Amino acid sequence: MFRRWCIGFVFLGVIAHGANGQNPLVGDPKAAKAGEFQFRINCALCHGLGARGGGRGPDLTRAVKKHTHSDSDMFQVISNGIAGTAMPANGTNGQGVGMTDEEIWQIITYIRSQEVKAPAQPLGSAARGKELFYGDANCSLCHMVEGKGGRLGPELTGVGGSRTREAIIDSVRNPSRRLAWGLTESTKEFPQEYESVTIVTADGKKIKGVTLNEDSFSVQIMDMGEQIHLLEKAKLLSFQKTRESAMPTYSTDILSDKELEDIVAYLTSVGAK
Amino acid sequence: MTERGCVDSSEKSGQPWRSGASAPRRGALLGEAFRPCLALGLKPVDLFCALRGAEAPLFHGEGQCAAAILAIWLVVSFLAAPLHAQVTFERLVNSAKEPQNWMTYSGDYSGKRFSGLDQVNITNARTLVAKWVYQTGATGKLETTPLVVDGILYATAQDDRAFALDARTGRPIWMYQRQIPNDIRPCCGHVNRGLAILGDKVFMGTLDAHVMALDAKTGAMVWDVAAADYRTGFSFTVAPLAVKGLIVIGVSGGEYGVRGFIDAYDADTGARKWRFYTVPGPGEPGHDTWEGDSWKVGGAPAWNTGTYDPVTNQIFWPTGNPAPSNRGEGRAGDNLYSNSLLALNADTGKLNWYFQFTRHDEHDWDATQIPVMIEAGGKQLIAQANRNGYFYVLDRTTGKLISANAYGKTTWSDKKDAEGRPIANKEASPTLEGHTVCPGALGTTNWYPPTFDPQTKLLYVTARDQCDIFSTAPQPYEAGHAFYGSAYFPSEEAEPYRGFLKAIDPATGEIKWKFEHTSPTWSGVLSTAGGLVFSGDAEGNFIAFDAEAGKPLWHFQMGGAVYAAPMAFAVEGKEYVAIAAGSALYAFGLQ
Repeated sequence: MFRRWCIGFVFLGVIAHGANGQNPLVGDPKAAKAGEFQFRINCALCHGLGARGGGRGPDLTRAVKKHTHSDSDMFQVISNGIAGTAMPANGTNGQGVGMTDEEIWQIITYIRSQEVKAPAQPLGSAARGKELFYGDANCSLCHMVEGKGGRLGPELTGVGGSRTREAIIDSVRNPSRRLAWGLTESTKEFPQEYESVTIVTADGKKIKGVTLNEDSFSVQIMDMGEQIHLLEKAKLLSFQKTRESAMPTYSTDILSDKELEDIVAYLTSVGAK
Repeated sequence: MTERGCVDSSEKSGQPWRSGASAPRRGALLGEAFRPCLALGLKPVDLFCALRGAEAPLFHGEGQCAAAILAIWLVVSFLAAPLHAQVTFERLVNSAKEPQNWMTYSGDYSGKRFSGLDQVNITNARTLVAKWVYQTGATGKLETTPLVVDGILYATAQDDRAFALDARTGRPIWMYQRQIPNDIRPCCGHVNRGLAILGDKVFMGTLDAHVMALDAKTGAMVWDVAAADYRTGFSFTVAPLAVKGLIVIGVSGGEYGVRGFIDAYDADTGARKWRFYTVPGPGEPGHDTWEGDSWKVGGAPAWNTGTYDPVTNQIFWPTGNPAPSNRGEGRAGDNLYSNSLLALNADTGKLNWYFQFTRHDEHDWDATQIPVMIEAGGKQLIAQANRNGYFYVLDRTTGKLISANAYGKTTWSDKKDAEGRPIANKEASPTLEGHTVCPGALGTTNWYPPTFDPQTKLLYVTARDQCDIFSTAPQPYEAGHAFYGSAYFPSEEAEPYRGFLKAIDPATGEIKWKFEHTSPTWSGVLSTAGGLVFSGDAEGNFIAFDAEAGKPLWHFQMGGAVYAAPMAFAVEGKEYVAIAAGSALYAFGLQ
């Protein structure tokens, strides 16, 4: 059957913890291996192979997690989901088929075994990164952080809290490798992506921008000047989408490795809040 | 009644009042109670007409008469109840003669999901408007296909609800809500795909693996039997099929290592008449296609509605994945009758023939798609657009393969066996590290029903191009616990998933046209004699296409994704097209 996206019903029955909510399997390599398989079955669809983050779910190899600190927190989150996010509760209501308590502890043990400690000192300077973000690097022309910046690209306040340094660097150096995911409609399997689009209206006006939302008959576009256009496809002279990101590729000539580390440090500092 | 001189309102919609043998009973009852009315000088015929709600000369009764009429109306309504919805087996066999009704999951026994109605057609489809919307009030996917019989619509909703509506207005007549246990084990949501109707009852399979009959007039439970223990992973999500006096139903649970079966129950009593285990036991043919004891947890569920050939009295029922679904280790062999089409004798459940689409499946490619009975070149055929990406045409008298052609993106097979069946490449097997195979686990298509239009002779199916990374994840069997032994997830390559409506010529396997949706959809497809094909999309649109050209002629934004298939019916001479989206059922008609 089609199945199992970690989506579930509020975990019913008694949530069995280890003694005092401690992970009874902590540090057990066998449990971690079993947890790896359970992770693939139940979590990898969103959190990616190796827990390194997928399109939907954050990278769980980060030692610092936004919603959980202790193993006990993590048990609660896996059992009950996170309200207001795509993280579902364990159970059988949606696509999931439910994990036992032991399997949840195995998964936690596995995630702990995969965590990569962030360097004690960030490689870059967050203060300098902020200057670059809002200044010479021109990030804020398109990206907003904490309410300041542009609207054309994805909002980035939380990105430093859910993505690894490597993922952020890759998306700056190779922005088209994996397009950012935008609007999520609760009924759709996958959200819209930040695809680039060029259209020509009936009166010959050419508009370039990114798609905000689209169906077979209409499209919403934000142009480079942040103007939003709500258009019926049937009335357009042409409609062309590409999977090239509207974001320029930042080579080392434009942004040095050092400068990029500064920006990562800035985003990480904001994301940790 | 009509013969007594009053005009029956149901007759106007083409449904004669079938009074039959019970008329004298009503007459006898009326005799006594009518005394006060007769004293007022009213003739029995007037009262009779009034009681039936039919057009009749007006009368002016005193209070006593009015009370008598009210009392008798209640009695007569009750007595008359079973008469309205009498759906005989003969009516089901001859469903094409009453295109205003939609009496089985696929609209007829052949699985064509074709409506003979043509009032809505290519010239006027652009004037379709929503006529009513019924909100189920439940959450999760609404996968139902309604039935409509003589102006009454019967459908199911999430969480094992069933309901009846006035098909003209969408106003509810009754609603049944099953009290499902908290620890049921459906793999994929609290879904149900519909009812069967026979006689004066509707029939539903439940998430806790019961089969039940409800009174079509009131929704009251008539019988309820447990088919299996839900705690070990069994459930029902399928719309049953009524054949002769039997209610045929297939079980879900391929994600839990159940041993699949197809059951037939006596429609009147609920007594089980036969069971066909889709995994053969010791000593039975096919048992040797399972390694060791793996057959005991072999899966092969039967969770989509089959079709029926009255000429040969055969039921064609498709089966799903072997368990564990994506890991073949431990169940060496072909794993019969997983991912197969079974031809069963309708009376006995005995196997006449089978055809296995995917042998020893390791990608969760259930073959549970509707097996559509078609005729071509003088041959009796079955066409199935399979989840594994191939479109199969079989001779339905023998089960022999005639053709198998890819209709979507596939990478798992480079060769065919002597019969012409695509054979899996060794490299397609899931690995510990995981690697990419197309189609992905959701398949090129899935349970959502296709349609075959006898006018265009094309089969229309919702298709998806998506590849997944398949990896193994060894897991022991534990009763009632998920048993995948594997995992899949989206390919990390920056390859968007694509969704289509495709028109396939079964004679050649050629794709005559395709319409690309913005994203893949879970909508089924309907074709009608009006030259139209209807389908829905993930963005919430319901779309009417020109069946020949594939051009959208009309659409309506329903505000919720479609996980259901459309159907058509008519009441009082007006055609409606209905589909579920979000948590609501929509009916459309001409402006």
